[in-house]
Amino acid sequence: MLKEECNITTQEFTLNMGPQHPSTHGVYRAILTLDGETVTDVENVMGYLHRGVEKIAENRTYTQFIPYTDRLDYLAPALNNWAYVGVVEKLMELEVPKRAEYMRVILGELQRIANHLVYVASFALDLNGFSAWMYMFRDRERILDLFEMYTGSRMTLNSMRIGGMPSEFPPEFLPALEKLLEDLPRCFHEYDGIVTGNEIFQARAKNVGKMDIETTINYGLGGANLRAAGLKYDLRKEIPYSVYDQFDFEIPVGKQGDCYDRYIVRMEEMRESVKIIKQAIAQMPDGPIMTKVPKVIKPPKGEVYSHIEGAKGWLGFYLISDGSASPYRLHIHAPSFVSLGAFPEMAKGGYLQDLIAILASIDIVLGEVDR
Amino acid sequence: MEILNSISQKFADKVEVVEGLDYHTFMVEKDNLLDIVSDLKAVFGFNFMIDITAVEYDEYIQAVYHFMNLDEKLIIRIKVNLEKDKPVIPSLVNIYKGADLQERESFDLMGVKYEGHPNLKRVLCPDEFEGHPLRKDFSMRDRGLK
Amino acid sequence: MEINNNKTKEESPEEFIKKNIILTSVDKVLDYARAHSFWPVTMGLACCAIEMMAAGGARYDIARFGYEVFRPSPRHADLMIVAGTITKKMEPLVKRIYDQMPEPKYVIAMGSCAISGGPFAGSYNVVDGADTFLPVDVYVPGCPPRPEALFHGLLELRRKVIHPEVVKGK
Repeated sequence: MLKEECNITTQEFTLNMGPQHPSTHGVYRAILTLDGETVTDVENVMGYLHRGVEKIAENRTYTQFIPYTDRLDYLAPALNNWAYVGVVEKLMELEVPKRAEYMRVILGELQRIANHLVYVASFALDLNGFSAWMYMFRDRERILDLFEMYTGSRMTLNSMRIGGMPSEFPPEFLPALEKLLEDLPRCFHEYDGIVTGNEIFQARAKNVGKMDIETTINYGLGGANLRAAGLKYDLRKEIPYSVYDQFDFEIPVGKQGDCYDRYIVRMEEMRESVKIIKQAIAQMPDGPIMTKVPKVIKPPKGEVYSHIEGAKGWLGFYLISDGSASPYRLHIHAPSFVSLGAFPEMAKGGYLQDLIAILASIDIVLGEVDR
Repeated sequence: MEILNSISQKFADKVEVVEGLDYHTFMVEKDNLLDIVSDLKAVFGFNFMIDITAVEYDEYIQAVYHFMNLDEKLIIRIKVNLEKDKPVIPSLVNIYKGADLQERESFDLMGVKYEGHPNLKRVLCPDEFEGHPLRKDFSMRDRGLK
Repeated sequence: MEINNNKTKEESPEEFIKKNIILTSVDKVLDYARAHSFWPVTMGLACCAIEMMAAGGARYDIARFGYEVFRPSPRHADLMIVAGTITKKMEPLVKRIYDQMPEPKYVIAMGSCAISGGPFAGSYNVVDGADTFLPVDVYVPGCPPRPEALFHGLLELRRKVIHPEVVKGK
């Protein structure tokens, strides 16, 4: 029976979804106002992982800051490195050698696949599909093996330098990478069986948390969330940076901007990344991997803004230099922070269990939200 | 390109173009900010707000905005100079909904007050924190809880 | 008919008991049982939490040691693995979760941020290490530590619980 027919009075109550919670993807707190099971208001409280990275940047040299960018979005560190190194190279007007650009594309796209695997695994886990999580983490381990072969570390890679790459690929890297690329399509097919075609998953993710294109643009969301709403816009095709104009790949687009569309867009992006890596291996030229840079990097006075298609949106850096060896001001534009701004509007009016599905589908990581 | 020329023509007396930077940059007075930004969104198609931040220089604090036109693939930058001891600027919340969180962060870390913002309180630092961390006179070792 | 009496020896009751019955104290048995089945509470704060999750995955299987039961509620847990940077905003909440755990309870500090603040030590919002407000039993260094390093830390904690004289210095 509806509430109006029952002749009872109800009262809204406040529920705290605290920073220590198994499904909040980190230390994020939401103060919910509920009317029964319907969510009427969401207030998000952040800052439980605010480490002051922008202030630290003013006290370190440019090269010393590269490991800190690993720890911002700790699920896709190679893409963070690329964005930061790209902005310093833009300010200094350095020309990166072609071989180094292709190496960056290979590492970046591998990192995008690893990040989307964690996204799919956490999404399935939040909807209580625990065995699906095991499959994705098993395949992510093979990608982390490749990173360990190149940099020595599985997660915090520190894999790029200002002006190029630190070292060559070891001889066993490319054969192992080609073997992995042959196995990945079969793994994606497995995930389609476990997660995408699952009735419970479809019932919980379709028509939940819809947001149309106008509102998405007004909030400033970019990346896969904008493509899921229906706009075909990818920074790698529209404003190609590095060597992305040499590759041939598709841009997956959603229809109505609900959780299921956001999931499908990212599953298809993984398949496209496999295509890009195969083309990059075939086209990679020989040559140097590092251009001439001075020992102490001192960019000229000036300011610059640059953004790339990161794993969670459009990750941008705004750098102001005063000619010394440390930045004067470095501002990090984090896509997850902006996504959380749009989260209350997506969640209002739905049920409590839909809120969990929406929070899992917009793809946030707290290291980037709080910096 | 024509868009940028028409912007300079329309607001000729209110903006000052800064040359030599990577994207077109306009210096604006804070009283004209709301008119210029609403025209940028409605007339010139800059409907995507990328970033709101603030920088502290020796004599003034500067608020910096980046806007993007998705169809034409253009980015422009708008800068406003504010007084150092009382930095107040109108808020863009009614034009872009995404300005809400970013203005709170800029207030928290740099101390710029946005008039008209519905909920201007700290978002990243703890609530009892005193001081604004990104100011140059705030040493990194300060704990802010004196 | 010859009956070969040499092999069958009558065992005295003392020898029989020594082979089949163990006499010990209740404390030792409980310590042995606790050490082989810690139930961690999920206190994954930052990047080290991802390596903790990978340790629970299929390749580095934490279930073979008996520690895979991660409980979100501190009332059901007896081990807290502090994985990640502790900030000033989060410190009272970590302490509150620790206070809610029933005795006996143990703490592992995983990663350099939990040991001493890590790369962010000295920043305005970072607490320099979990041992400023919690009693830590085992420190696992690394940034982030590999899953095998976490297992080494867990096995050291197991050794510490079974043989408490390691700590008391007898």
